[in-house]
Amino acid sequence: MRDRARTFLISALLILCLAGCDNGGERQRQLSRGQGIPAYGDTIVEGSIGEPSNLIPILASDSASFDIAALVYNGLVKYDKDLNLTGNLAQSWDISPDGLTITFRLRRGVKWHDGADFTSRDVLYTYRVIIDPKTPTAYAEDFKQVKKVEAPDPYTFRATYAKPFAPALASWGTAMLPAHLLEGKDITRSPLSRKPIGTGPYRFKEWIPGQKVVLESFHDYFEGRPYIDRYVYRIIPDTSTMYMELKAGGLDLMSLTPIQYQRQTDTPEFLSRFNKYRYAASSYVYLGYNLGNPLFGDKRARQAITSAISKQEIIQGALLGMGQPAHGPYKPGTWAYNAGVKDLGYNPEKARTLLAKAGWKPGSDGILVKDGRPFRFTVLTNQGNEQRLKTAQIIQQRLRAVGIDVRIRVLEWSSFITHFIDKRNFEAVILAWTITPDPDIFDVWHSSKTGPKELNFIGFRNAEVDRLLDEGRRTFDREKRKHCYYRIQDILAEEQPYTFLFVPDALPVVSARFRGIQPAPAGISYNFIHWYAPKEEQVYK
Amino acid sequence: MITYLAKRILMLIPLLIGITLITFAVIHLAPGEPVDMQISMSPKVSAEARQRIREFYGLDKPLHVQYVQWLGRMARLDFGRSFAPDNRPVTDKIAERIPITLSLNLIALILEFGIALPIGILAAVRRDTMLDKGITVFVFVGFAVPTFWLALLLMYFFGVKLGWLPISGLHSLGSDRMGLFAWFADLLKHLILPIGVMTFGSLAGLSRYMRSSMLEVIRQDYITTARAKGLPERTVILRHALRNALLPVITFLGFSLPGLIGGSVIFETIFAIPGMGQLFYQGVMMRDYPLIMGILVIGAFLTLIGNLLADVCYSIADPRIRQGRT
Repeated sequence: MRDRARTFLISALLILCLAGCDNGGERQRQLSRGQGIPAYGDTIVEGSIGEPSNLIPILASDSASFDIAALVYNGLVKYDKDLNLTGNLAQSWDISPDGLTITFRLRRGVKWHDGADFTSRDVLYTYRVIIDPKTPTAYAEDFKQVKKVEAPDPYTFRATYAKPFAPALASWGTAMLPAHLLEGKDITRSPLSRKPIGTGPYRFKEWIPGQKVVLESFHDYFEGRPYIDRYVYRIIPDTSTMYMELKAGGLDLMSLTPIQYQRQTDTPEFLSRFNKYRYAASSYVYLGYNLGNPLFGDKRARQAITSAISKQEIIQGALLGMGQPAHGPYKPGTWAYNAGVKDLGYNPEKARTLLAKAGWKPGSDGILVKDGRPFRFTVLTNQGNEQRLKTAQIIQQRLRAVGIDVRIRVLEWSSFITHFIDKRNFEAVILAWTITPDPDIFDVWHSSKTGPKELNFIGFRNAEVDRLLDEGRRTFDREKRKHCYYRIQDILAEEQPYTFLFVPDALPVVSARFRGIQPAPAGISYNFIHWYAPKEEQVYK
Repeated sequence: MITYLAKRILMLIPLLIGITLITFAVIHLAPGEPVDMQISMSPKVSAEARQRIREFYGLDKPLHVQYVQWLGRMARLDFGRSFAPDNRPVTDKIAERIPITLSLNLIALILEFGIALPIGILAAVRRDTMLDKGITVFVFVGFAVPTFWLALLLMYFFGVKLGWLPISGLHSLGSDRMGLFAWFADLLKHLILPIGVMTFGSLAGLSRYMRSSMLEVIRQDYITTARAKGLPERTVILRHALRNALLPVITFLGFSLPGLIGGSVIFETIFAIPGMGQLFYQGVMMRDYPLIMGILVIGAFLTLIGNLLADVCYSIADPRIRQGRT
């Protein structure tokens, strides 16, 4: 519950990239133990605050379900350690010169966990079930752009689009489902949602509700047998308990909170038993304004608010320094990220000047007034996220210093969304978006997405951004796309429809007996099948 | 007696319907819908997908239609399927959690009565002595200390520092390959902390109740008579006073019945015990209407049964009620 919004992963694609990071990913100082000899065996126990909801990934939307699905299923493509798309169940693919047709050549000899062969029939089925109006899935959008699919032979699959669609390739990273077990059945009632069968490196063994999910290595995995024999996903809803379990040896892998990372795990004893990792997470936190509200109609007012806020101070106060300032919707270090955007910086003087230019004058109580109306607004955020509450409090204090009166209201998630976001009944919000590896952000910023229940809920409308967003998804040429998204970031930096606040760090910790972990831009989990514990250090038999 | 019972049982039906009607209305009055949790804030969800999910759950129908449909299923003892993404039957979800909560609460309840009654009696008999005051302080400390805080301290001390007891969960890893005895010992070890903390926190209510009830009885004339007859103090207290002082405790026991299937969210969260409290909390947060209604109906039913049982026991224990001489 603590960080619920973060657990809402955005697209099924993200399972390929549980945690990304900027180049290199800082490896914390640790006592070296030598590499040991790679050996099969042992069990890794991961702690999670949430329980998976459904192990058929297209029917789930929580990170716990994706954690498991990432090990049980494969997509046609995946992101490699540098976040470039590479083949997975597809050996290779061709994109026709007009950008309309993608032809995948599937890997031969891939087996489902029950022994059946993986073929293009499975791909066809997966596509059909996702776009089936009867399937309650949240991920149909990308696949609705497909005009035609065909499978000329068991190892070829072709998708044709009406218009070139750049996020298309990445969308085929969605988990492939076994047609031979699901075809002709109601997917919502399938036993596979509790006992999944995939093609991935780990096969499902058991799920004890509320306690744990156990997976076993799949010896016939097409990339080779994983070293670690068993993967146990323990559900421990409280982070303090989870941390004590880690220290007592009951867990091998979990995510630390900034305070645990900074203050509680720096002892030599801890560092001799665990390795800590730190890299930028794939999400950013922002302060979003309702642009339909007269207070925020003038971009000078929005620029002033951004100048009055010290992002560095928020990172120190709310994250103990475990994050970096955000200036736009992309992660620093990824190809779409524009490092050269104009940064307003922390400058309260400039904020005051901008506000004065916009016609705001100090009133008797120090609060700015224009046309008899004080500059006063409420920031909403969701319950159960301490970082966001602290962020709101720091912003409140900084804005008070330039004469803006901010109130804070914390709301339970479901009512927050229906009563405030959906009805546009808010002034400002603190929320977060996940950053997908593909930079297409059409749904969040395009002016056609401002309708009820749509994601451009702040009502941002900019003709040039609209044009660039459209252009960016109509070409596969990375240089051309980069040009579009760079320009969009410049416009957003000028317009400040959000004050982009920070990109938090992911802080995983892993028992030191596991070797072969190589932090990369994609995080640490991309090479999980190559992690191993040397024979003499294995704990579980 | 039998007509009385039959009347009471028939009365349960309108009561139950009334309870479900009110809870159904109240739950749907809460802002938000199950759909929100699944799809909000995800850039890849269109308004159309949302509509599709609403129709799937039947949320597009008017409220009274939803209620009648629900009631119809209920009459056939069909609790429906959960609105959570797993879409499982509500009965399955409840069934896999009830045994855990029920046995935990039962053990804790037995311990609570086993400890609270004697110390309540002791405190009454030794009124205003150091012992009485000591007991009072002890039970009130248990009452006042936040359970989560005490639980964390004990977990740290016994689990991390000393390493004597497991920290959370119900079984150790690999317990499925243990022999029956070892398996049971393992489970027992896991239960010491949660049940200990739970019992400690609940002593105050019952022991104070027992104490005051006992004090009242001791002041009665028939106790003085018993003492005047020269009966030993032990017999006076245990035979004559206790029996009468226990009467109100029966009501207390009746009220504990619905509590047996309810769990505490904080408590279960800290000890990572998959019980009813967590299930209900998650259900409410996700607006999982069939699940919430299912748990509430079972709870309401048990409350009514608990009251009924308490009344019946009361009349058995107290001849005055049985013979209608109140």
